[in-house]
Amino acid sequence: MLYNEPSPLEVRILSRRFGLPNSASIDTYLAHDGYVAFKKALGMKPEEIIEEVKAANLRGRGGAGFPAGMKWSFVPRNSPKPKYIVVNADESEPGTCKDRLLMEYDPHQLIDGMLIAGLAVDAHAGYIYVRGEYRYLIEILDRAIAEAYDRGYLGKNLLGTNFSFDAYTHTGAGAYECGEESALLESLEGKRGIPRIRPPFPAVVGAFQCPTILNNVETISSVPVIIRDGGAAFAALGVPKSGGTKLTCLTGHINKPGVYELPVGFPVDKMINEVGGGIRGGKKLKAFIPGGSSCPLLTAEECEGLTMDHDAMAKKKTMLGSGGVVIMDEDTCMVKVALRIMRFYAHESCGWCIPCREGTTWLRKILVRFHEGHGRREDIELLGDLSKNMLGRTFCPLGDAAAMPMMSIVEKFREDFEAHLDGKPCPYEHVSQLVSA
Amino acid sequence: MTFSAQLEAKFDKLLHSYPPGRQRSAMVPMLLYAQDEIGSITPELIEEVAHRTGTTPLQVEEVLSYYSMLHKKPLGKAHVQICTNISCLLNGGEELWRQACQTLGIGHKEVTADGQISLEEVECIGACSWAPALQVNYDFYHFVTPEKLERLLASLRDRT
Ligand SMILES: Cc1cc2nc3c(=O)[nH]c(=O)nc-3n(C[C@H](O)[C@H](O)[C@H](O)COP(=O)(O)O)c2cc1C
Ligand code: SF4
Ligand code: FES
Repeated sequence: MLYNEPSPLEVRILSRRFGLPNSASIDTYLAHDGYVAFKKALGMKPEEIIEEVKAANLRGRGGAGFPAGMKWSFVPRNSPKPKYIVVNADESEPGTCKDRLLMEYDPHQLIDGMLIAGLAVDAHAGYIYVRGEYRYLIEILDRAIAEAYDRGYLGKNLLGTNFSFDAYTHTGAGAYECGEESALLESLEGKRGIPRIRPPFPAVVGAFQCPTILNNVETISSVPVIIRDGGAAFAALGVPKSGGTKLTCLTGHINKPGVYELPVGFPVDKMINEVGGGIRGGKKLKAFIPGGSSCPLLTAEECEGLTMDHDAMAKKKTMLGSGGVVIMDEDTCMVKVALRIMRFYAHESCGWCIPCREGTTWLRKILVRFHEGHGRREDIELLGDLSKNMLGRTFCPLGDAAAMPMMSIVEKFREDFEAHLDGKPCPYEHVSQLVSA
Repeated sequence: MTFSAQLEAKFDKLLHSYPPGRQRSAMVPMLLYAQDEIGSITPELIEEVAHRTGTTPLQVEEVLSYYSMLHKKPLGKAHVQICTNISCLLNGGEELWRQACQTLGIGHKEVTADGQISLEEVECIGACSWAPALQVNYDFYHFVTPEKLERLLASLRDRT
């Protein structure tokens, strides 16, 4: 059973097997083009595989949007060290719940992609790092891996070639920061998830200090269709410089919340009103997060004519991010939203850098005070200044991820802060968020 | 320490999942899977995991304190984790959180007197499009309403 009704506006490429009976089983996968891409890739030169991924304009789906083909080309294929494929299945960016479906409904598509990545850089082992809360997915993945070994798609001398590949799952144990690539690699080595100083990047010094391809679940799951149909066909689904489809999680005040596969470049207005069935209770849009709580927020006016792609979002000084769209209606208290977001980052800061550790905690304290009606007018400026001072001054992007949404909220929704001044109660206090209310 | 045959098999698999000399990688998974079986991270477990992964108990302590799912105090048999992060917040997650605290008479990271249920306010659990969401141990509950929550808590209490 699917979590939500599909929308007729979807372009179902990665999700095309979702909802089939036993969609996670290898038999279903094999009956629907399963492992044909891997077979095709076995006959290709490594450079040709990387060229197809480059031609696909596949941008990383974990949040940063880095071109995947380019990342793969940085791996020194001829290094005498072993190479690894690491799949980031930590999925913890608030608002994001799509990698879950790719693993639940189509784990073999992911394994297929890992195999192809392995061929591209001469890696013979891959790890799927899954957040600890996703235990049922580890069970599904482990079953899929066992099936693949059984049928000769994992293990030694695959399909009669001299290519061998092993795949493993690795559970996290609760830490947002372990989704950050270098913290993830530390965690995979049995350590605290404290990021590494870069360069060197994981492509050169990654898992177990060896060259590594590290990509998000959705990025790797996109690879089989790229190899099967060619990079150009995938690129054509999206916009120039960003190809394919993106699993988009509609969340918040929306009539039909759900995960929908939409072509990159889909209009925001159509996404909210047609795919998502409009804003709950017929209310007006107030604020919009394009892809996870680390993105700067947009106002309703900024969403006019906007499309869901990297360049369009960059023009609005925000990011396409992870695909976790958050819709907020006119009765949303933006002080509350800022506070909840900052509580999250303060809780998840690993504490290594002072601007991040102290900055997030300080911001959280000011916001608590503000929301309780004890804010001072100077605090509004202080919130902005403190955030600005965190930007670019930390070892990993979590500091920026906390600062950027904060800065955008103070700048764009200043009237909400002013409404809380002078001991006034929160103007939205009476609003219940429960759907049933 | 002795563990169930299933857990031993899991440990064995884990210790063979990483490159030679990299058994330390198995530490966090071993701790989490063992915690699921014995209820919490005990000093004996720390010793055991250190021994099996070729590390010291101090190293294990240092690592485990970083991860929020690992805990030295036992939780309730049913650990109820309510998400109040952004997408759940916008769908009443905080209201559900307050309701659960009130119904059970306990707060964040507390356990009921009979040891049956514990509560935790958690960050995003990856169920944002099906908000408000919660987990009981590893099971997800989506589109939770006050009525569903009340029924769920009652059924967890009756499980004794
Ligand atoms: C604090 C933080 C948390 C992150 N969490 C995740 C995550 O949960 N999943 C993910 O795929 N990428 C996450 N990322 C991005 C990764 O660092 C990395 O860019 C990504 O996994 C690379 O894969 P991609 O290029 O395929 O997107 C996070 C980054 C930061 C700074
Ligand atoms: S920015 Fe924050 S999370 Fe990242 S390394 Fe520094 S303290 Fe840790
Ligand atoms: S915000 Fe609650 S599950 Fe993501």
